[in-house]
Amino acid sequence: MTTTAASDRDEEPARHHIGSRLASARRDERAVAWADKLWSSVRAADEHSALDVVGSALAAGLDAETVLLEVIGAVQHRVGAEWAANRLSVVEEHAATAINDRVIAALSADRPTTFLGRVTVACVDKEWHALPARLLAETLRLRGWQVGYLGAQVPTAHLVSHVHRTGADTVCLSAALSTRLPMAHAAITAVQAVGTPVMVGGLAFGADGRWARQLGADAWAPEARAAADRLAAGPLPRPRAPHQAIDDLPHLSDQEFTLVTRTSRTLVRETLQGLEQRFPAMRGYDDDQRERTAEDLAHIVEFLAAALYVDDEDLFTHFLTWTGEILTARSVPARSLLPALDLLAEQLRDFPRARAIIAAARETLA
Amino acid sequence: MTSLDGSRPGATSLVTAATAPCPVVVVDPAGRVVELNEAALTLLPDARTEQPLPSPGWLAAVQGAPDAVPVTGTVGSRSFSAHPSLLPGGDTAWWLVEETAYRSATEELKAERERARFLTEASTALLASLNLDRCMEITARLAAEHLADAALVISPTRAGKLPAVICDHEGRITRTTIPAQAEAVPGLAEALRGFPPVPSRWIDPAAASDWLIPEGFGEVGSLVVTPLPGHGVAAGALVLLRRERQRRFNESEEAFAGLFAARAGAAMSAAWLYAEQNTITDILMRDLLPPSLRQVEGVEFAGGYRASVDTDRIGGDFYDVHPPSEDCPETLAVLGDVAGKGLEAAVITGKIRNTVQALLPMADDHARLLRLLNNALLGSGSIRFATLVLASTHREGSDVVLRVTAAGHPPALIVRRDGTVEEADTGGTLIGALPTIDSRSAEVRLAPGETCLLYTDGVTEAKGGPLGDAMFGERRLKRALAECAGMPAEAVVERIQMLADAWIGDGRHDDIAVLAITAPQGAHLGAVDGTNPGRRTP
Repeated sequence: MTTTAASDRDEEPARHHIGSRLASARRDERAVAWADKLWSSVRAADEHSALDVVGSALAAGLDAETVLLEVIGAVQHRVGAEWAANRLSVVEEHAATAINDRVIAALSADRPTTFLGRVTVACVDKEWHALPARLLAETLRLRGWQVGYLGAQVPTAHLVSHVHRTGADTVCLSAALSTRLPMAHAAITAVQAVGTPVMVGGLAFGADGRWARQLGADAWAPEARAAADRLAAGPLPRPRAPHQAIDDLPHLSDQEFTLVTRTSRTLVRETLQGLEQRFPAMRGYDDDQRERTAEDLAHIVEFLAAALYVDDEDLFTHFLTWTGEILTARSVPARSLLPALDLLAEQLRDFPRARAIIAAARETLA
Repeated sequence: MTSLDGSRPGATSLVTAATAPCPVVVVDPAGRVVELNEAALTLLPDARTEQPLPSPGWLAAVQGAPDAVPVTGTVGSRSFSAHPSLLPGGDTAWWLVEETAYRSATEELKAERERARFLTEASTALLASLNLDRCMEITARLAAEHLADAALVISPTRAGKLPAVICDHEGRITRTTIPAQAEAVPGLAEALRGFPPVPSRWIDPAAASDWLIPEGFGEVGSLVVTPLPGHGVAAGALVLLRRERQRRFNESEEAFAGLFAARAGAAMSAAWLYAEQNTITDILMRDLLPPSLRQVEGVEFAGGYRASVDTDRIGGDFYDVHPPSEDCPETLAVLGDVAGKGLEAAVITGKIRNTVQALLPMADDHARLLRLLNNALLGSGSIRFATLVLASTHREGSDVVLRVTAAGHPPALIVRRDGTVEEADTGGTLIGALPTIDSRSAEVRLAPGETCLLYTDGVTEAKGGPLGDAMFGERRLKRALAECAGMPAEAVVERIQMLADAWIGDGRHDDIAVLAITAPQGAHLGAVDGTNPGRRTP
């Protein structure tokens, strides 16, 4: 088996899709044409013409929030979609994101002088995908909030210290990858313990925000505009009294999440060896191909651990379905993932929840 | 005398109201008193047989009720519960059992429980935050909810005006500053200076200044001023306001307000100390933090930093970009690595960075700059040594020309437009260890879209990978860089950092610093700092 035909699969999946869901209720039709123009500039890695497009869109009467979310945000969505369809390399995607980032910085609009309150916007620790959080931070600034934007991968200790220093009224946390959910939970609990409510967003929490509720977030928003509307509607309720992570997730006491996480590297190694025994062709892999396969297996184990954390097999199934689509776009059949799942299930014989999760995913893929 | 016994003969027939150890009143179905024993007469001197029971009201009210149940109430200052026995013939005998001691103990217990619950809630809320403003708000809110109609928390910090938080009678919280006329309110100046509280009964509520009274509060009936004791100094004062004159603060309420104030004061003090420590740390760290980079003179610079301790912001790696000045016509980029980690190493990086800055006029001669830096480090008595790489850059047309010198440091890597990765041909002795050093510079020309990457060995020596036991290594770094041809500097840095990060996973690692120098793409330059879209190169 191989999951490695695509040479750029070392990228963590799901960098994409994010900042993607545009508020359907209030779309400005004019934005579509500007998004197409910006896409051409970004695709050509032409920062200057990208800046010109945004300047012209503003001059043509689009308000800054629409430009931010429906022009720049739409382009970022397209970056993700093009990558998934194998029409954009990971590196091109980094470049496009960097240009989008500079364009946002140049989006100088008249900031309102009102003071609605203090909000801290940050990405969960280990979360690299900063653009959705950036879009939210800029949206809130445009609407008159005083925003502390902390950027990508903020260690929870920094976040809490920032809240102490600034006395923020609300913390907005963003995460794109569901493998960050345990980190996100730690951050949510820690910020709440300071007495500050937390709103979360990003694909990590599920398209319907189900894992946001499960992890005890005080609010969830599907995209930047909804988040800003929620804050405009009034302060979030005061968070619950300080509590332990396990109070939200009693199933963690079975230790399956802990053990799978702690032995993840062994699981990857054993699965890799198992695959080599079953598929003689794999023995001919060079070191790079072997490393790619191991990285793919490491992702699978990481998502399995995340599914154990929230006790939801859908998390794992979604990931594998998505991976299957990515593989199909790169001419690798999704069924090639099955032997790895079987080998994992064999090693996790004593883990009933893990086995049920793998079985559900297997059924979907088969 | 009517016997209480109706149906059953025997010993119980001997029990009568007269022999009962408590007051007993017998009442007929029409509510008239039939009989009272002596104890009852003493307790209810107005009661007369053949007449309805005149008092107490709570007992008189239930007469004539068919299925009477025990009722309770007070007689004078004493508490009783009256238990009914239905007698044959329809009369009811009410046995009055005194509960004065029990009741007052229960009430005291309830009040005590409420106080304990409140103090626990207050402590939890106050301990949560280390933000002074937040602590003041929590204190004002809790005090207004539990102790008074409105509350003010006044902080003694600034001279001239005193910052204050008011929680009014409707629970609204406002921040304000009040004129520093603490003397105008009796007890306030004392409280702010940490003297014992002035008893409430000594304070005339009419003397309260206007700024003390929330809008729409009306007349102040009663006022308590309590100091908020801090760690060594007074953390401020708590002013409690009540509206009605009849509900004056009694001594126990004042004492309880003091207990609450002690907790609030400790929390505010801790928050104040935390803020002060942070300010000190921020000031001391300001020059040690990696700078934020931008485009300088038509050359893109981007840097990335990750300290070995993930919660630290500084460590033994560093980078700087010095824009050209009168004495130094080129931009000088520096990236280096001091032996060791953490704060101590960071302090040495600060010294090196300052020294390099002072030596900028010599930047046209890297060998000389490094020699002087070496002498300065040897002379400082520091036992730490450092490796570093210098890159002097300037533009020639759309190209960027670099002079690169590595002193005991991994050589800079150059990625060409076609994805070829080269090492800059430079080398030299590390700094701060030997009395004499040598170095060799390399000239590098970058066409638009090409990047020169300076990095510390934290990248290449990062241990991890999917199997957890491999070094990231130069080969992987070069391969990653090969894909970065034509990318903007920020994207190159982000890409390399992300790969190193994914490689490390949860494992341990050294400080990591990356600095990308890129010749911008296209005929014209982007904004100098990304905020000025109008600028173009000539």
